[in-house]
Amino acid sequence: MSNAAVTMAPALTEPRRARRRMPLNRSGALGLIVVALVVGVAVLAPLITPYGPADSDLVKTLQPPSRAHWMGTDQLGRDLFTRILYGARVSLTIGLVTVGVSGVLGLVVGLISGYLGGLTDVVLMRLVDVQLSFPFILLALVVNAILGIGLQNIILTLIITGWVVYARLVRGEVLALKTLDYVEAARALGAQQMRIVLRHLLPNLWTPVIILSSLQVAQFIVAEAAISFLGFGVQPPMASWGNMLNEGKTYIYNAWWMTTFPGVALVLTALGVNLVGDWLRDTLDPRLGP
Amino acid sequence: MLQFVARRLLEALVVVFLALTVVFALQFLAGDPVKLFLPTDTTQKEIEEFRERLGFNDPWLVQYVRFLRGALRGDFGNSLRQHEPALVLVLHRFPATLSLSGVAMLLALVIAIPVGVISAARRNSWFDHLGIGSTVLGQAIPGFWLGLMLIYVFSVWLRVLPTGGRGTWLHFIMPSVTLAAFVAARFARLTRSMMLDVLGQDYIRTARAKGLAPPRVLYKHALKNASLPIVTLLALQLGQLLGGAVITETIFAWPGVGRFLVQALLNRDFPVVLVGVFLTAVLYSALNLVADMAYAWLNPRIRYE
Repeated sequence: MSNAAVTMAPALTEPRRARRRMPLNRSGALGLIVVALVVGVAVLAPLITPYGPADSDLVKTLQPPSRAHWMGTDQLGRDLFTRILYGARVSLTIGLVTVGVSGVLGLVVGLISGYLGGLTDVVLMRLVDVQLSFPFILLALVVNAILGIGLQNIILTLIITGWVVYARLVRGEVLALKTLDYVEAARALGAQQMRIVLRHLLPNLWTPVIILSSLQVAQFIVAEAAISFLGFGVQPPMASWGNMLNEGKTYIYNAWWMTTFPGVALVLTALGVNLVGDWLRDTLDPRLGP
Repeated sequence: MLQFVARRLLEALVVVFLALTVVFALQFLAGDPVKLFLPTDTTQKEIEEFRERLGFNDPWLVQYVRFLRGALRGDFGNSLRQHEPALVLVLHRFPATLSLSGVAMLLALVIAIPVGVISAARRNSWFDHLGIGSTVLGQAIPGFWLGLMLIYVFSVWLRVLPTGGRGTWLHFIMPSVTLAAFVAARFARLTRSMMLDVLGQDYIRTARAKGLAPPRVLYKHALKNASLPIVTLLALQLGQLLGGAVITETIFAWPGVGRFLVQALLNRDFPVVLVGVFLTAVLYSALNLVADMAYAWLNPRIRYE
């Protein structure tokens, strides 16, 4: 433990450095506001709207936006605004859970594969290759069609199909990092494997992983919407922006609001998440920092 | 280099074989494969007959070997709806998908690479801000919604473009724009951030210091070194385009593999689904192989690992 002081030093300076390096730019702030807004309406949905997501009023079907129904009603007379609020719950749950689980899974596999190399690397990367040899959305669609419809199955689908992207990215980064002088130096000084991985490799992996995650949250949310749009995934009457767009497609000639508003919600959410991701990247990567 | 190519070819063959295994295994993902092949209102007696006829009562190893032997001969069984070989049905729809993906990819690259390079070179200029703004938007807009909005504007409202189908070059416009938007945004972002990375390096300063023309520094010194991740992404995105075609083709009634697969999934026509998924995987592996070779060509260090 002779190098305890060396270990302590960065831990002491990190918070201060982090605060200094996290200036919020305009687009980052915009992203945070949008994400906060989406999370807010998802949580507070029952307080915001007097309607329920499945309340239909067959007298008021396909009504254009009005004072009573801000975004109009659908073919069953359900309030579109209400369904969009409840749809946010579905999207956020899916985005966060799938990125969390698949990210950790991919990070571990990528680290092991890149660091150990040899046969382990070959076997793991063949697994990744096999899965990456199927286009993501196609595989997700087929897996979901087989697993069956519903929220749980779509989450499972996205985890099964999503972890490989992380594994490949992390492995690539590790391969590059391994050859750098400071890692060589750490090894030459006799640092243990676990120490090299956790203290020298992992800190350098956060930036690419966070940047990828910001893309992945949005991608998973959009993937769910796409799969539900095609008639799999989340089924009505449960509100998902994807299945709402699917229903709206049928009425594109006489109810523009049904295809417009769920899409706007989807784009705003994806946009907000991506902006936050960009901001994180700009502040986390010292090479790009101000 | 030759040895490298040979090894990667062999590896690609292994991946194709494993992909075949995955496709076989997909049938068992939900438990009883027979349920995938039959409509939900089938009687128990019909299910039993079907099970016996297609050999689902055999041990799975026997089924696996039979599946592989069939696949080697190009026999994946007949479509359950159209009673023709599934392989033939799917192959017939590939040209339509490939032409659409090709046009979309070309469109995306022609726009994205220059935008990424110029944005990075003129960081924080109005062009950079506009470029970033559009890529952020392009990445956030899902293809299927963009498609719906294009249909609404150009077909329902302005009535200048056909809502779907294939025939004239007019039919290409909306589907290829829809497919290209996301890919272009992704390429532009990646190109920009890789270029920013590279432009901060010492050798770029050296190149500039010794008086090389700025475009030469930018394209010869910087872009080539920034291109490794871009090439990888190219192959991955080409494959994703094939996947994205599933949605785009469905929206625009484009008679390609993607739309055919969605219909097969909805009709529970599983032989067709398996072939479609498998062929896409083979094509995708081939693309990855090409990417690896380009990668090795761009970065000689990789060849000797």
